[in-house]
Order: sequence, then C-alpha cells, then structure tokens
Amino acid sequence: MRAELCAALVLRAKRPDMVFLTGDLGFMALEPLRDGLGDRFINCGVAEQNMVTVAAGLAREGLDVWVYSIAPFCYARAFEQIRNDICFHDLPVRLLGNGGGYGYGVMGPTHHALEDYGILLTLPGMGAYVPAFNEDVGVVVIRAGASSGPCYIRLGRGELPPEVEAPAYAPWRRLAAGDGLVVIVAGPLAGSILGVLPALGACRPDLWVVSEMPVRLAPLPNELAERIARCGRLCVIEEHVAHGGLGAMLSQWVLENGVPLRRYDHLCARGYPSQRYGSQAYHRRDSGLDPDSIRHAILKLAE
Amino acid sequence: MHLFPEDVIRAKRQLLEMHYRTRIGHLGGNLSALDAMLLLHHELMGPRDRFILSKGHSAGAYYITLWSLGLITETELTTFHQDGTRLSGHPPAQGIPQILFSTGSLGHGLSLAAGLALAARLKGETHRVFCLTSDGEWQEGSTLEALIFTCHHNLSNLTILVDHNGLQGFGTTAEVASMDPLDAKLAGFEVDLRRCDGHDLQALRDTLTPMSNRPVAVIMDTRKGHGVPDFEGRMESHYLPPTEPQYQAAMAGLDRKT
Repeated sequence: MRAELCAALVLRAKRPDMVFLTGDLGFMALEPLRDGLGDRFINCGVAEQNMVTVAAGLAREGLDVWVYSIAPFCYARAFEQIRNDICFHDLPVRLLGNGGGYGYGVMGPTHHALEDYGILLTLPGMGAYVPAFNEDVGVVVIRAGASSGPCYIRLGRGELPPEVEAPAYAPWRRLAAGDGLVVIVAGPLAGSILGVLPALGACRPDLWVVSEMPVRLAPLPNELAERIARCGRLCVIEEHVAHGGLGAMLSQWVLENGVPLRRYDHLCARGYPSQRYGSQAYHRRDSGLDPDSIRHAILKLAE
Repeated sequence: MHLFPEDVIRAKRQLLEMHYRTRIGHLGGNLSALDAMLLLHHELMGPRDRFILSKGHSAGAYYITLWSLGLITETELTTFHQDGTRLSGHPPAQGIPQILFSTGSLGHGLSLAAGLALAARLKGETHRVFCLTSDGEWQEGSTLEALIFTCHHNLSNLTILVDHNGLQGFGTTAEVASMDPLDAKLAGFEVDLRRCDGHDLQALRDTLTPMSNRPVAVIMDTRKGHGVPDFEGRMESHYLPPTEPQYQAAMAGLDRKT
C-alpha cells in the first residue's frame, strides 16, 4: 500500500501546512513525496521518540502532521511520546505504521506489529484505520486527515483476488451476503478470505470487513447488528493478538447489547507457536490464519 | 517588565509557603530553577515566544511564575496538589493556556521545543522557543535524540537552559550516571554554548538575551534548594517538603533580604 499512500500524500502535499516526518524509511517508495514537499519532508533519522514528540510540537502550532515508520518502531518504541505528547493534548497527528501484523515476514518479530491498534486504542481520543484494499488508502488518508484528533493507520498489502473489484470504502463493508453465520475480518486479510469463499461449498457466510476502530467511533451498521443477532454465530478474524483486538471489542459489544450469540470463534495472531520464522504466509499458517485454517474454522462454526 | 530582586524574593516566599502548606516536596529543583523562569517570563520572552518546562517536577516554580504575572490567583495557589486542582504536581495538559504541554516524564521537553521551533521556521515566524531542562535529564536518550535533531536543523530560534544543580533523585548526577563535564559534552554539538550563574539575574540577562545563528545551550550553575539553608545543595530537597523550622528559617532569611 506504500505506492497508494505516497500518491495520496503527494496530492495532499499541495497544502502549505502539511509536514511529513519519517524515521529514515521510504527508500524506493516515498521519493515523489519528498520531492513534492521539499523542506516539509523531514527525515528525522533513527530517533523515533524524538520524531513523535516533534510531531506533537508541530501539530500544536496548527500544522498538518504525518509520521511514518515501520509499524512497531512507530507505536511501540515511542508509546509514551504518543500517550503524553499527542494523546493527552488531543493533537491531530497521524501515525502511519507500515507492515501491520506479520507484514515484514521473515525480517523477524522485532518488525511485526501484532498488538498495534489494540494498545493504541487504550489511549484517549485515538482512532485506528486498517485499510483492507489498496484502493482504500486514498480515502483513508482523506478521512484521517480530516480527523481532529490523533489516529493510527495500519498499512498492509492489498490481497484482493485479481478478478474481484474492490468495493467502495466504508468503515464497515459487506463483502458477501450469506446466512448461517457472520464473519467479520479486520483489514487486508479480507481479500484472502474472499478467495476462500468458493471453497466453502454450500456454506455461505455473511462476510464483512472493518477498516476503522474502535467500535465506539465507528459503530456497526444496523444491518450487520441485525445479521449477527439473527444468525447467532459469529467468527472474528484479525492479524492481531487476542488481547485488545477486534475480537475483544466485538465481544464487549455483544455483551453490552445483549446479542444472543450461540457460537463464537476468534482467529487471531498467536505469536510464534513454532518458534520459527518465515514469510507473512508462514506466520499466518502458524497462527491458523491461512486460507485452509480459515476455511476449516468457518465450516466448523457453521455446523 | 523589569524583574527586581524583591520580585524574586516575593515569588520565593510564595513558593515556599505553597510547598510548606501543602506538605509537598520537589522544592529543591523549584528553587534552583525559579530565578531563570521568572526572568524569562518577566523580561526576556515576547508575547509570541514559547516556553517548555521539560523538568516538569518544577511545576511549582512555573505556577508561581504565572502567579507573579497575574495569570494565576493567590487563592488558586492554595489548591496546589489538592483534589480538583488545575495545579497538579507536574504541568497539566489542560486548563492553563500558557502551559502548552503536560510534562513530567523527563526527556520529552526538548523534542517538544524543537517541534515548536521547527513549526515557527516553517511558518515564517520569528519568535523564540525556550526549553528548561534539568541536568539529570541529559541521561535520557530521547534528550540526546532531540539535541541531534535541533543541531541538524540548526534551530537557532531555540534556547536550551540546563538547570545544572548537580543533584538528582537518588544521588548526585556525577555519582549516578555522570555526564560531567556537561559543557564539554554539549560543546561537541553545533550549539552556541554559554554558561552562567543561574541565580545571578544580571548574568542570566547577559547570557540569555543575545540571539545566535545556532541553537543556544545555556548551562546555568544553580543550587538545589537555593535560599533555604537546610535544603541548599542537599539531595533530600528533591523529595521532602520543608519542616516548620526549615520553613521559618527560610522565611526569616528572605525577610532579611528585603
């Protein structure tokens, strides 16, 4: 999604108040943005704590501030800076984390972002965007840019099957109509799950993708809420640890709204069960997030 | 607005009273920083200039400075550290317009100030940004990240003040994690390095006033607990409030100076 991000930000760079900070990342991706922004493109070097707090200072003076790094360097290294300097002051700094989930694959666990939106959404005023398809990125940049408070954008890799057209962006989107059970997916995994549908035979889940959190700020559409209540079976799928993730948010929603759920399953990132490293696809298999595991889980829940 | 020595004494009395009445510590680092904070706000800073108190544990001195400017009432000072106050132990995120950022976790202020200084440059504005750090705070890696950034971008509109009282939470800075001699360390960076007595108003004026074509770093030689004989230069003044005899002795000492 970096190419789409760069294109969207190049469009925004016409604003004289836009400032883009990077933690020394963007080689062979963000050069057009660097050229477009001139002295408003600032490579802060390998110093993420300073970068995030400088961003707070810039935003305090009314500038339009974007911060970019590999996801964990952005949210984990500089967590206190995000909390104290950005969120305590409700400043509209947009944090761009590249490589959500296991996106950096065999680069290893230091580069993975398995708890990013969960941990960030504990902070006051924070919103999270998880674009699902490459085509979402431009709209997400516009929506995040219009927000008056802090937000985090988790960037991944578009996984939409080539024969499928991306649906128009919305915080919640129905990707396939069905009955029997509801499947809700966070972000790009939705593309891969669309590829699983033909292999489900007679089982036709009602498939939704969510790209904005928390649920409090991006409430479930009525149609989805009614579907969940009617089916009574829900499967939540995300490349994020269980704690603080979409599954936890939706479980709370189910309890608070008295939704009569009979069966529930949560497929999520489980860390490194095999204690071995590999591609994003390898780690998804290790966590039961690969197409085969997902197909089995959906079929089992539908029984 | 010229700052007279009697203004400082009046502020110091108020600071002592506030900490004594509320039984709150951190007085030592407040007293080492108060002179510079008063001078900055009364004389040296223009209406558009910015101030960041990176050593947020000197919030008391900041509140007293704002009181001395008529921006906080004496009545409100009595709420310091009490339930429902705006005047928390470290500068608050909301409620006091002059305080741009909540600080208290050390190592944030210089980056905040660098952001403000960079914003001024990008917006074509000419105001100055002042950032008051402690000396122990230079043990924070993030402070060094901020200094590298400040120098790399040559933020000449930024002045860094170091309250160099030589004492930190659980020992002297030399004993705990020495950066001594701090001026030699800072001299390795592209800053306009200056040094003065942090309790000498004229020396502070002479040192802080001149602009530079580089970021300015001022090491202020100060005494923790300055003006309270039992506290001066003593580590316990970092945490402990003054006892009644200490408070009475300090107030009597200040009376003798007026």
